[in-house]
Amino acid sequence: MNAAELLAVLFPEGHAVAIDGDFLHGTGSIDGQTASVIGTTNDAAIGVELAFAMAVAVLRTVREHPGRAILLLIDTQGQRLRHRDELLGINAYMAHLAKCLEVARRAGHRIVSLVYGRAVSGGYLTSGMMADGCYALASAEISVMNLPAMARITKVSQERLEELAESSPVFAPGAVNYLKMGGLESLWSGDLASALCDAFRRCDPVDHRRERGQERGGRTRAFDVARRVRSDAID
Amino acid sequence: MANMKHSYYEAHARQRLYGLLDEGSFKELLPPAARATSPHLPLLDTPVAFDDGVIVGEGQLAGRPVLAASQEGGFMGGAVGEVHGAKLTGLFERATGRASGRTTHPPPAAVLLLLESGGVRLHEANAGLIAVSETMRALLDARAAGITVIGLIGSSVGCFGGMGLVASCCDTLVMSEEGRLGMSGPEVIETAHGVEEFDSRDRALVWRTTGGKHRYLCGDASVIVEDDIGAFREAAIAALDRKRPLTLETLAAEQAILETRLERFGKSHDALDVWRALGVEAPEGIALLDRDAFVEAASKARIEA
Repeated sequence: MNAAELLAVLFPEGHAVAIDGDFLHGTGSIDGQTASVIGTTNDAAIGVELAFAMAVAVLRTVREHPGRAILLLIDTQGQRLRHRDELLGINAYMAHLAKCLEVARRAGHRIVSLVYGRAVSGGYLTSGMMADGCYALASAEISVMNLPAMARITKVSQERLEELAESSPVFAPGAVNYLKMGGLESLWSGDLASALCDAFRRCDPVDHRRERGQERGGRTRAFDVARRVRSDAID
Repeated sequence: MANMKHSYYEAHARQRLYGLLDEGSFKELLPPAARATSPHLPLLDTPVAFDDGVIVGEGQLAGRPVLAASQEGGFMGGAVGEVHGAKLTGLFERATGRASGRTTHPPPAAVLLLLESGGVRLHEANAGLIAVSETMRALLDARAAGITVIGLIGSSVGCFGGMGLVASCCDTLVMSEEGRLGMSGPEVIETAHGVEEFDSRDRALVWRTTGGKHRYLCGDASVIVEDDIGAFREAAIAALDRKRPLTLETLAAEQAILETRLERFGKSHDALDVWRALGVEAPEGIALLDRDAFVEAASKARIEA
């Protein structure tokens, strides 16, 4: 689904979201209230300019529209892999976006993210993964790296990785895998507009992803390990 | 003996941690004896480590209580998997007292992150990515609770990928000249776009693009120190009370700095162009300066973030 089609079904009563190159920004109506829409499209490579533009849109919402809900729409191949971005400190630009979203949350803005195309590693970490509630279309692809590249780096054959991916959600690309690991609340299909309203009603600023990963059997250790580090007594 | 230098770059995670904190003060949480190992690595016939590549615990710095984590690049390049990330997340939650009622733990003066990581561990990529995200959220929670977070980078692996993002979320970032910080490592960029884009074997190029001096000149690193554990310790002590609240105002100021950086250096092709534009005299000589001479040369040019 491309951005224009997605916006049409998410906002059946219309929206004012501009598709500005790879950058999505504007507003839409959710449950009768105006929400800020910020995101990327065209399988964007998120470089310093795009990360910066998203951060500007987030802070503008906090400054000019206190409390307004924020919807992050994600379609990215990840951070832009260029020397120039590293020279300029792309990690600082992307972390800045994450910090802006954190400040928005603390100022009372509810934040929902929806992966509607691809979401890859760093490009997703500081945008969609900073939301109160993370969602994806059932057709979406979420990954850190594709299997051929992963095979090269881990020195495990691609055939073996493909075989293991049948039973393990832990390394292979796929929205269902992220659901099992607790990284997503749910996958959407069918009536996306009502799924969107529902997501904003259920927003919770506390991070529950470890609990979800445990319940769904994808991450069996994270919950307990964090609990022990958090509360074990030291002699 | 007190003045003898101990290289931070060459030390293991445990040596760095013990040397940084007050002598004998460190107490480890979930130590190797607890066997908190990765459940995913055996699936790929890959060896596990009993601490999953990160040491976490409590200690003292200049007599004040702190929490600390130290990543070991010798195990899978310090990469973050499910258990490794959960240890970091749990440490920040311990700092804020989430769910502990804070009956046994006094609030720490700071959380110290001795960073050495290539980012997400690909063998457990999905678990690792979510774990880095949880770490980042827990770190920002701790900062919002008024706890200072100090990052330190000066080990051989450097700090890249998701951990490069975590580093840029700290109140203070201390780097040595040898420390490297970035998002995508030079090898990754070379693989994607060829050796003309980024020659990962050109050490001088890698150093001036990602190294401590460049990050300090641009303001991403707050402090630059010699490659000496004692120097990192002194910088960490000095940073204990350097709190930078996350508010609309402070983020707007950060945004203005990043905007200016884009305008001024967006067309630069090399760190030397950036340094020249910053007004550094003789940028070609920067690589040769020792720490004190460099700080002097940088004093008028660097961007204070």
